[in-house]
Amino acid sequence: MSDGSPSKSKRELRAERRRGPAPALGRLEFLRWMWAQLTSMRTALLLLLLLAVASLPGSFVPQRGVDARAVEAFRGRHPDLSPWLDRLGVFSVYSSPWFSAIYLLLMVSLVGCIIPRSRIYLRALRARPPKAPRRFERLPASGTFETSADVDTVLAAARRVVRRSRVDVVTEDGEGGSRGELRAERGYLRELGNLVFHISVVVVLVGVAVGSLIGYRGAVIVTEGNRFSNVLTQYDEFTSGTWFDPDSLPPFSLELDDLVAEFDIGDGPQRGAPRLFEANGTFRDGLDGDEEDYSIRVNHPLSIGSTDIFLVGQGYSPVIRVTDPEGNVVFDEAVPFLPEDATYTSGGVVKVPDIQPEQLGMQGFFLPTAASTGEGEASISIFPAAANPYIALQAWTGDLGLDEGTPQSVYVLDTTDMTQVLNENGDPFRIELQPGQSSTLPDGTVVEFTRLQQFARFQISSSPLAGLPLGGVAVGLGGLVLSLFVRPRRTWVRATSDGSRTVVEVAALDRVPRDDLPDDLTAFIDRLRDEIEPQETP
Amino acid sequence: MTLAEYAEFSNYAVASGTLVLALAFLAHLAELLFVRQEAVVPATASVGGASQGSVAVADEDDDEVEPRSAVLSRVGIALTIVATGLLVAGVVTRALASTRVPWGNMYEFGLTGVSIALVVYLVLVRITAIQWIGPLVTGFGLAILGLAWSAYVPAGPLVPALHSYWLVIHVAAVMIAGALFLVGASASLLYLLKERAENKGHVGPILSRVPTIATMDRLAYRTHAVGFVLWTFGALIAGPIWAHYAWGRYWGWDPKEVWAFITWVVYAGYLHARATAGWKGRGAAIIALAGFATFLFSYYGVNIFVPGLHSYAK
Ligand code: HEM
Repeated sequence: MSDGSPSKSKRELRAERRRGPAPALGRLEFLRWMWAQLTSMRTALLLLLLLAVASLPGSFVPQRGVDARAVEAFRGRHPDLSPWLDRLGVFSVYSSPWFSAIYLLLMVSLVGCIIPRSRIYLRALRARPPKAPRRFERLPASGTFETSADVDTVLAAARRVVRRSRVDVVTEDGEGGSRGELRAERGYLRELGNLVFHISVVVVLVGVAVGSLIGYRGAVIVTEGNRFSNVLTQYDEFTSGTWFDPDSLPPFSLELDDLVAEFDIGDGPQRGAPRLFEANGTFRDGLDGDEEDYSIRVNHPLSIGSTDIFLVGQGYSPVIRVTDPEGNVVFDEAVPFLPEDATYTSGGVVKVPDIQPEQLGMQGFFLPTAASTGEGEASISIFPAAANPYIALQAWTGDLGLDEGTPQSVYVLDTTDMTQVLNENGDPFRIELQPGQSSTLPDGTVVEFTRLQQFARFQISSSPLAGLPLGGVAVGLGGLVLSLFVRPRRTWVRATSDGSRTVVEVAALDRVPRDDLPDDLTAFIDRLRDEIEPQETP
Repeated sequence: MTLAEYAEFSNYAVASGTLVLALAFLAHLAELLFVRQEAVVPATASVGGASQGSVAVADEDDDEVEPRSAVLSRVGIALTIVATGLLVAGVVTRALASTRVPWGNMYEFGLTGVSIALVVYLVLVRITAIQWIGPLVTGFGLAILGLAWSAYVPAGPLVPALHSYWLVIHVAAVMIAGALFLVGASASLLYLLKERAENKGHVGPILSRVPTIATMDRLAYRTHAVGFVLWTFGALIAGPIWAHYAWGRYWGWDPKEVWAFITWVVYAGYLHARATAGWKGRGAAIIALAGFATFLFSYYGVNIFVPGLHSYAK
């Protein structure tokens, strides 16, 4: 549609109007003018490039929706800049008002462009190929030859040669002989493809937006031997669309029996690279369905109804038992430590609220394969599998702050109302344990690392309309191929007979100019001559 | 051969392929130098006498002794063919050594990508004689091979997140798209240079060997059109499907995804610009170059500068 399209002349009119002195516009005219501006291709182009620019900051500044912890870390590192970035919405670019504004304007522009073009296209579908221009030499490719065949034979042959085109044949008998004209047009699929493509862009944009409004996504850490039930309170992280009702979470539950993690044990630089992660256990669909076995691997989620459960991470949960000085066990749980690097050096927090008289909190790290780096130096982890598990903690006593009603992360220890437990030299008391070992705090509390378990981090999500954008892009791709590679072409054949000889003139015009048109036309004329006089071919 | 022998063979093949490509690049550079010199000689000769006769004599000379630049051009192409053969052999043996597709980390991605780009370029040389972009393509290829070497890892199996046939499809489509974008960007760059020279009224000897700006515009358009289709498929269909299985969401504005999207938008902008009065030609060519810059950043920059989920980044 780049040449000779009605929209182009409209565009020119618009441009002319813009160039003149601005007339005083009525409100309706102004709106119409705005609409024309918005739906012009130039505006679409600018909006498109603007959208690219607008999505830039989100790739450099961490995003809340992607990694909330990274956002907090970033804020810690840039205390002066962050309030400004926050005000501008840079921590959640893709849901910020300005991003949405560009997105919406682009949608409107697209729709405003599609509707009139579809109307034009529908009209063009019914239209007949246009009349031949008077002078063929003016067209980008033309040729002529003479033959003894009559006009009807020539035109019938031409009709066979143009093959799959829309064709009209007009003939008239004059005084000195007869004349006839064949008009052929092909390539209507190009514009159709273009429309399909642009419509599917709208479908994808709408599909993604609606999908995120009615979907949900959450993450949960489950230690071996534990069960997860799909209710809001069990999630560690949960986000859902505005239209999603968290009470309508589908009821299912799953138990993790065994987590398999294998790492490269070769000596090369790939040593320690992950090779296999697999979570095995049983699940139950609904409240009283049957127990069924599952096995989830990376790239192989478990689907329960419309919900998918993905294995997105794994790590270690040392089982910690705390016994108070009177000998009562006040804590005995597997505590997930979150991996911080490729060797699974993991950080974690143990909160013991049920100990008297003061609550106890411990914070430290876990190393799956500890190795000492020298006298007095901290140990490091040298391999991600648990060959030499080791845990190092420091302890605080006081008020954990759990009762104040403000939600608190289980992975953060708030020590504002606590005092650190010190040893007899006044240095922080260090608890260093391997499985089976225990350590006694100065007040007689015993902390024991009984055994090591593993945890799986599952992402649980429902993307109910995922098929819509996916189907949209797939159909759009088909449209794109048509719109880029179909060549619309008009061909005219005019035959003029003086009774004995017939002069045949041929011309072609591409709606999208191409350089091989003259060659194509020569080939066309050869085929036409063969078709008219087959016996003459050698 | 054993897996280790395949791996070793692959390294030798890639190393020698890189060297030969460097020679091809040098040959093309030398070719450009000779083009300049040769341009000076006939110019001075024609000052003396511009009669028909003297021109004819000069022509006869040309028939006997092929200009050095033409020889060097053919040497450059021949070396490029050898380099491509070596690199392809390196890619194939790398795949045999690790018993999987050869695009599981940055090294392999760069290596396979350059091999595909060179094959596409050589096929186009065959079809439409575009050896005039030789210096650009071999230069870029060398740069990307250098980046790949800097991320070298020995052949080995994949990390679990990459165990997916969608990865195969996704990366293959994206790499071929990248190869086409490279050819398209080279044509657009030369287009801009030559157009500027024409506007100034002085087209130097090197640029006058390059075909007309209309030809380059057309080449750029075709390679970008095919590349855009493949990019749409690879980055916007296969990528999200893989992401769905690997991470539980098909699109999450991960930095790599953001940049794939930006690249797509900029190239869509290019296709639009070519169909918009006032943006045709120059404007479109500039957008095409911007598109290639965003492509390079989404391929390499993101992995270096921005942490993200794409786990072969490290
Ligand atoms: C995400 C947004 C968009 C994308 C990815 C996109 C993509 C494309 C592509 C690939 C073409 C084919 C170019 C060609 O035929 O050479 C095209 C053509 C076109 N687009 Fe868009 N487009 C978008 C938005 C829009 C919008 C908002 C408008 C309308 C205001 C628009 C109007 C047009 C027009 C008029 C053409 C025809 C150009 C021609 O036939 O040569 N596009 N678009």
